[in-house]
Amino acid sequence: MTDAVMSGRVYPSTWRRPPFIANPAWRWAIYGGAILYLVLAVNSVEVNWSRVAEGMARAGRLLSGFLKPDFVNRWSDIALGMQESLTMTVAATVVGILISVPIGIGAARNLAPTPVYLVCRGIIAISRALHEVIVAILFVAMVGFGPLAGFLTLSFATIGFLAKLLAEDVEDIDPAQAEAVRAAGASWLQLINYGVQPQVMPRLIGLSLYRLDINFRESAVVGIVGAGGIGATLNTALDRYEYDSAAAILILIIVIVMLCEYGSSLIRQRIQ
Amino acid sequence: MPVSRTAEGQPEWRRTTPRQDLVRWFGWLLLVALFVFCWNVMTKDTIWAFVWDAPNQAADIGSRMVPPRWSYMSEMWRSLWDTLAIATLGTLLAIIIAVPIAFLAARNTTPSVTLIRPVALLIIVSSRSINALIWALLLVTILGPGVFAGIIAIALRSIGFVGKLVYEAIEEIDHSQVEAIQATGASPAQVMNYGIVPQILPAFAGISVFRWDINIRESAVVGLVGAGGIGLNLEASLNTLAWSQVSLILLVILATVLVSEWVSAKVRHAII
Repeated sequence: MTDAVMSGRVYPSTWRRPPFIANPAWRWAIYGGAILYLVLAVNSVEVNWSRVAEGMARAGRLLSGFLKPDFVNRWSDIALGMQESLTMTVAATVVGILISVPIGIGAARNLAPTPVYLVCRGIIAISRALHEVIVAILFVAMVGFGPLAGFLTLSFATIGFLAKLLAEDVEDIDPAQAEAVRAAGASWLQLINYGVQPQVMPRLIGLSLYRLDINFRESAVVGIVGAGGIGATLNTALDRYEYDSAAAILILIIVIVMLCEYGSSLIRQRIQ
Repeated sequence: MPVSRTAEGQPEWRRTTPRQDLVRWFGWLLLVALFVFCWNVMTKDTIWAFVWDAPNQAADIGSRMVPPRWSYMSEMWRSLWDTLAIATLGTLLAIIIAVPIAFLAARNTTPSVTLIRPVALLIIVSSRSINALIWALLLVTILGPGVFAGIIAIALRSIGFVGKLVYEAIEEIDHSQVEAIQATGASPAQVMNYGIVPQILPAFAGISVFRWDINIRESAVVGLVGAGGIGLNLEASLNTLAWSQVSLILLVILATVLVSEWVSAKVRHAII
């Protein structure tokens, strides 16, 4: 301070926020590139405005369908689709959890030997890289149309999600507790049962409930490619321009998703 | 921790009381019963002959898939560009809409906790509960097929995701910094700019890049219902049973997803 005063140096009285990217060359290159890309991308999007204007009438009919949803006319189709969606959600979540628990344990670096670890991580990576709908297409080609293909898809997708998060959880456990169990002379299975399982169980239940949620949402989509469920019903309703039935289906989906979310948050609160 | 007596009168440690045991077994029994019920309902229309034939089908499809038809790549570049545009512009549109909604939804920045916050939360929840593919299905009937419908679908789906995570980030900010800015006599806009925005900027950037990464996957499939991008090629190739093209498309999707994951990891690493 005194040094600065004596040397006559003046401190700045205004302050400017440092830029987000420090190096100016990089900063301008990134900003310029981003703007160039955006301009090109926006220009490459062809919008047929007359078609859009035409569609506004349909949008209006869809919205009016929401005000006056028709549950009655297509009720048998809707009920069947819902039944397929719900049953395949539950079955796929259960099977998915059963498969992902051993894979999740195998993918935890602190419990599994390296070859097992790599295999399990590979399975997780494959399951996560492929979008549910693409998996559904392949399963439909293999086992035919219907909810079984959807069930297989959802089970497969559950593995990537649950096993990955479970593995991270197992890696994060308090090692002291596992050490204590091991010091008591426990076998590997006893170690899992008494040292690891109690620590990860609340999270596992929470994640499973969350996955149940996701699986229901996805079950509403896989039907579009023929894998059963409410998505097929929705697709048919839209193809037939039956917007009031489509609105009824969408309302049902939203209500069930919200119930799932509310219910699972209640259960999770009780566990934690 | 309950302690029971063994037959010889020795104390024995147990993790649960007999009563807890009973409740747990009953819970598991219910779960198994539910699973069996769902399985039976789900598979009542399954044609098992197709299912047992699945390995043959898979082998057959697999043999048709290799080698991928590399020459088809010349038709893919445009779709790849469109897919990127759908993901990027969709994410951008979602961010533009979601950020104000997030500020309205956060308890500490909303103008009214009783009136405006529930509305903002409703928008966030309803956007999240409908899958991008269903949004695409609706928008294709409204706007007509093409990239435009895809962008809007991706944007509508992402609003809820970005909005939810950003408003949670806003609620978690350090309030003392806001007070410090307020103490200097800053206007509400300046408080926002210097007190709140810098605190949520890293989280916000991370969330945006994360969602962009997810949207790359989603934008690859919205074409299945006519909303532009690689999905259109996939749909066309599936309909003509051109499996060698399907495998090329899957490879392209996989490569795109891997690149996007790499980019988002790099960006997140640079920010945080």
